[in-house]
Amino acid sequence: MSGFLQNTFNGLVGGAFYALLALGLAVIFGMLRVVNFAHGAFYMLGAFGAYVLLAEAGVPFWAALVIMPLALGLLGMVLERAVIHRLTRLDPLYNFLLTFGLTLILQDLVKSRYGVQSSPYATPAELSGTVDFGLFDFPTYRVFILGFTVLLCVAVWWVLGRTRVGMVVRAATERPELTRAFGIDVGRWVTPVFGFGIALAGLAGVLAAPMRAVNPLMGADLIIVVFAVVVIGGLGSIFGSVAAGFGIGLIQAWGEAYLSDFPIVSQTVVFVVMAAVLLWRPAGLFGREEAPA
Amino acid sequence: MRRSVGVAAASAAVLVVAGCGGGGPQSGGDQKLTGDKIVLGVLNDQSGAYSELSGRNSVKAVEMAIADFKAKYGDKAVTKNISVETADHQNKPDVANSKAQEMYDRKGVDAILDVPTSSAALKVADVAKEKKKLYFNIGAATTDLTGKSCNKYTFHYAYDTYMLAHGTGTVTTEQVGKNWYILYPNYAFGQDMEKSFSAAITAAGGQVVGKDGAPFPNTSGDYSSFLLKAPTLNPKPQVLGTMQAGAELVNVVKQYNEFKLRDKGVGLAVGLMFITDIHSLTPAALAGTTYTDAWYWNFDQQNREWADKFQKETGTRPSFAHAANYSAAMQYLEAVQAAGTDDADTVIKGLEGKEVNDLFLRNGKIRAEDHRVIHDAYLAQVKPQAEVSEPWDYVKILKTIPAAEAFRAPSADCKM
Repeated sequence: MSGFLQNTFNGLVGGAFYALLALGLAVIFGMLRVVNFAHGAFYMLGAFGAYVLLAEAGVPFWAALVIMPLALGLLGMVLERAVIHRLTRLDPLYNFLLTFGLTLILQDLVKSRYGVQSSPYATPAELSGTVDFGLFDFPTYRVFILGFTVLLCVAVWWVLGRTRVGMVVRAATERPELTRAFGIDVGRWVTPVFGFGIALAGLAGVLAAPMRAVNPLMGADLIIVVFAVVVIGGLGSIFGSVAAGFGIGLIQAWGEAYLSDFPIVSQTVVFVVMAAVLLWRPAGLFGREEAPA
Repeated sequence: MRRSVGVAAASAAVLVVAGCGGGGPQSGGDQKLTGDKIVLGVLNDQSGAYSELSGRNSVKAVEMAIADFKAKYGDKAVTKNISVETADHQNKPDVANSKAQEMYDRKGVDAILDVPTSSAALKVADVAKEKKKLYFNIGAATTDLTGKSCNKYTFHYAYDTYMLAHGTGTVTTEQVGKNWYILYPNYAFGQDMEKSFSAAITAAGGQVVGKDGAPFPNTSGDYSSFLLKAPTLNPKPQVLGTMQAGAELVNVVKQYNEFKLRDKGVGLAVGLMFITDIHSLTPAALAGTTYTDAWYWNFDQQNREWADKFQKETGTRPSFAHAANYSAAMQYLEAVQAAGTDDADTVIKGLEGKEVNDLFLRNGKIRAEDHRVIHDAYLAQVKPQAEVSEPWDYVKILKTIPAAEAFRAPSADCKM
């Protein structure tokens, strides 16, 4: 029983990273109709930024947790204005290629400066212990990640559901043409939303630094699963991306724990789920079929 | 008077030796060296996972060997025209295959060095056999290079899965604990490592109470389900043996520390680790971990002096792969010098059975039967942070494993 609870807890922690990354991808796709392939690279930059801040300026984890999302969010906004914006009127493939190229450039820039070897990053001292839950104990840092991510998702949900900004974003995501027809300036919100999505990726990166290998390719490895998560949740669906993120985390953890004798199954379960969902509901679990133009 | 007689005798001896060396091949052919030059080819990973532990700095190490060779022989060197060609094989067998052909055919390379990644290493062995040119493998671990895929032109120089498993598996079983849980990446290298370790552990009187193949590549980066399972097995394992390498090893060790398995009585043993891995994890994260090393830069004065020179060239301390590349280049040049020709078959005759002591090879011997180069290996333990006295001084050597014990006996699968 305690083993099952531990694995469940772990699945939720793994899912928290998928949820943060998928949430960013979802709002960006919803608002801009851009599949941001560079999302994994920004996740990597978040982790690397935390490492550089600590190693070269002595900036602790907690400060990095604020600085990196802000800095990367700003960088994202600049990129959106400078290049991505110019391609949104064209076929979506152009932005797909652009962000893919951007990924390669960012990865190689980091590689040329810091090499491919993983960089060291220790768990902050105040979170390095274990929490005793009675039935089982669990690393404090993982408990923190889970709590922090859940709070963040609730906050995002509140902003989207209860504020005027959120209303505009939701409206623009679901019916962009109609929203414009009401005289709302959708374009004004595009850049900040893109920046926000990128900031979430950067935040996930900072959170990952103490528990994952920090190297230039860390995002490239993860982003494939995140795309599957987004497709399962429904492209552009904000609730769907978070739910699918946690769900896939759970399925992976249970699969690895109880199907380890069948590695083929535990390794491919995410993509099997994706294929099944696509067959059953092509728009994803929580997605809405696009109205024919 | 006496002294000048000695000098004269010595000069005469040198003349005789030089005469023999030069005379033999000349009588057989019209030229000593093809194109009157020697070209060494370093084929390895220069952008990916293994580029730090070998990569471009191995090219530097080979250049250092050439400089030392020229300084040693001066005007008596078989040629002064020695150069290095290099290429990035990206750890892909097909790229390694075409780059190796290009090196031998078009770039005039006499011997290819390094080639990490077992699948790529085996491809290059086939090319060397086909082209009848020399190949010193340093970076790859598979014992197939001296087993069913062995051939006359291929030498396996630095380490292999048997050496790693025999050293770490045996000594850890004897000294740390008899019950093991093995976690390995589920592909050729990991499966090979798991088999070698299980054999070594059982032979040493231990048992493998559980083993799991983790996905490779592990896109989620998460190993917690395996790490949670380890302490709950019955009987409880005293040692977690991880066969992951590079970034995956970093993930396993970070999470091993997160789940505090050491406090739960499960020690850590690592299948394959390079000094660069310890640097990225920090010694604090690995303190007390044992592994088998093929060479350590701060082992003795000779290693240290070379490591100082290496650091001047590259800005960093050498891994065992760097030292082995230097040594292999040097031994090849010495063999050509002795043979007076770069004809592969003649050079191989000189290398086979040769006993060598140099920077990398201690009590070394180039085995004629399977072309396994045997040498002393070392059981290393990562120091606690408090004992680290300077950057990169991360391990202490617990035990030297004699050359004859460190490597397996020639395999019956090898038919030259």
